[in-house]
Amino acid sequence: MAIFVDKDTRVVVQGITGRDGAFHSHDMLAYGTKVVAGCTPGRGGQKFEDKVPIFDTVREAVVQEGANTSVIFVPPFGAAGAIMEAADAGCKLVVCITEGVPTVDMVKVMPYLKERGVRLIGPNCPGLLAPGIAKLGILPASIVKEGPVGLVSRSGTLTYEVVFQLTAAGLGQTTCLGIGGDPVIGTNFLDAIEAFNADPATEAFVMIGEIGGDAEEKAAAYIKAHVKKPVVAFIAGQTAPPGKRMGHAGAIVSGGSGTAAEKTKALNDAGIPVAERPMDIVPHLQRIWKR
Amino acid sequence: MNIHEYQAKEIFARHGLPVPPGAVATTVGEAVALAGKFGLPVMVKSQVLTGGRGKAGGIKFCKTIDDVKENAAKILGMDIKGHTVRKVLITGAMDIASEYYLGMLIDRTSQRVLLMCSAEGGVEIEQVAVEKPEAILKHVIDPRYGLLDHEALELGLKMCPGEIKKARQLAAAMQKLYVAFLASDASLAEINPFIFTPDGVGHAIDAKVNLDDNAMYRHEDYEAMRDLDAEDPSERAAREANLSFVKLEGNVGCLVNGAGLAMATMDLVKYYGGKPANFLDIGGSSNPEKVVNALSIILKDKAVKVILFNIFGGITRCDDVANGIIKATEMMTIDVPIVVRLTGTNEAEGRALLSKTKLHPAETMDEAVQKAIALAG
Repeated sequence: MAIFVDKDTRVVVQGITGRDGAFHSHDMLAYGTKVVAGCTPGRGGQKFEDKVPIFDTVREAVVQEGANTSVIFVPPFGAAGAIMEAADAGCKLVVCITEGVPTVDMVKVMPYLKERGVRLIGPNCPGLLAPGIAKLGILPASIVKEGPVGLVSRSGTLTYEVVFQLTAAGLGQTTCLGIGGDPVIGTNFLDAIEAFNADPATEAFVMIGEIGGDAEEKAAAYIKAHVKKPVVAFIAGQTAPPGKRMGHAGAIVSGGSGTAAEKTKALNDAGIPVAERPMDIVPHLQRIWKR
Repeated sequence: MNIHEYQAKEIFARHGLPVPPGAVATTVGEAVALAGKFGLPVMVKSQVLTGGRGKAGGIKFCKTIDDVKENAAKILGMDIKGHTVRKVLITGAMDIASEYYLGMLIDRTSQRVLLMCSAEGGVEIEQVAVEKPEAILKHVIDPRYGLLDHEALELGLKMCPGEIKKARQLAAAMQKLYVAFLASDASLAEINPFIFTPDGVGHAIDAKVNLDDNAMYRHEDYEAMRDLDAEDPSERAAREANLSFVKLEGNVGCLVNGAGLAMATMDLVKYYGGKPANFLDIGGSSNPEKVVNALSIILKDKAVKVILFNIFGGITRCDDVANGIIKATEMMTIDVPIVVRLTGTNEAEGRALLSKTKLHPAETMDEAVQKAIALAG
């Protein structure tokens, strides 16, 4: 079991002919993900790696190949349009890897998705990887392992770091999910935690937050009220100076709020241990998780 | 990107907000000429990218030309919280009968534009939020319909009960502010204060706008609005090289792929008693040229005693990074030690490339950070 994906997940990759789209589509296929179609307007009728049909529109991919999920690698100026195209064509899950999408575009996208009952992951995220089931995005398959731990993170490479350590400690994962570092994102910590809590295969989970916003605080309150499974957290950005955007559009301490200290306190108050270093996550999990 | 008051007012004026006439002067002579043009009395307002200008003496009311001369001379060149004043806005002074706050920002929780307004204008809104939160009215704008006439009017009447003429002006200002917010790809837009003069006419006499960096590509005029003097030279070089960089005060130069990992690396340097010199995310799809640029920028800071690469490959391929490091060491003289930690996509190829060099390899993040701190001395 995993969250948000299963064996019936059939993927269309939007931007499959670009450098990154092609590189990662190759890896998704190699992992066994059902990449059933690609979409690049103007390249309809061609094939990706001689096997995956490419269409001009997502609707064709849905109608002809039964795609129900989209993974998006298109450049920022086309990303919001690509998300809405996938939603309108009938994809129920859309994963947008693209970094640098204007926030105002995402504000317009969100109600469009809600009206169509579509889940978005990202943008500006690494996607998700459910070991043994599917890889949607760019998480490196070499570091994951099937197992009972769920992982949700606002970061990309920091997620890999933690997954790597979990796997090294023999703690496999149900799903590794990167929700993205932008201010307006489709799936947030709360959505992921609700899903992990409901997923019988997930026995414990890890949450990797960072400075900016209050999603970690909201998640802490939810966990305190509803979650019995063991949870360990990490917050990046203790040394970040206020008022500076730390790479991610959403990673900024503004007006004195959104600090790592505030988030750590909220999590601790909810009884959730917060690791001081990434390498302390696994020991914390082993300590509180009575298997 | 943060922009100056006068630039924010230009955006507002383009969208029909009632901004008093004004222009920017860089010398006392220009300030005097502009005061003559707009007619006394005028305000002389320092243009710096920080708050608290008034308290610092950077905003002055001038009744006479001598006042303008004296105050412009005082304010030009003044230091306000580390920002040197290079420009002053000269704008007509007005009698204030009442002051309001109108502001909009991207609200992460509702994922929409949040309108905040208050009859407690003219003071820091953060202060009002703490001392009198009930005085701030909030309205989440539905992006499908925008700020509707009745929504704006109801808010206007809450701020000006029984004064329909003023309420209508506030409503119109809020609707125009929303249009300006969307059209300019703002992340924050504020009028504080929006005032009424004794004759009941409204004016937006101060303006603050932050622009979304992600949307720069579709606003050709924004690059010219950037205040290069207000930017740290290394941060400017990084921006021009398309790198995400923040200068800090330490001696461990950090070069990391991914913002979260970059922050965690800085935090770990501090954890082990060291001091990070910077935040630097070389981003996804890294090419060798990016690494060369990143190294040049970090090494310009003479406080940097060691370079720490922490690379976990996803989109970024470790062989790209290794190639970049090798190319950089060939192109430039690097007299500080370099610690490299490479893991992830194509890591075997990356490590093979590096094995022929004098770099200090590390297997884990903790090992790399500890090595770097030891080498920094």
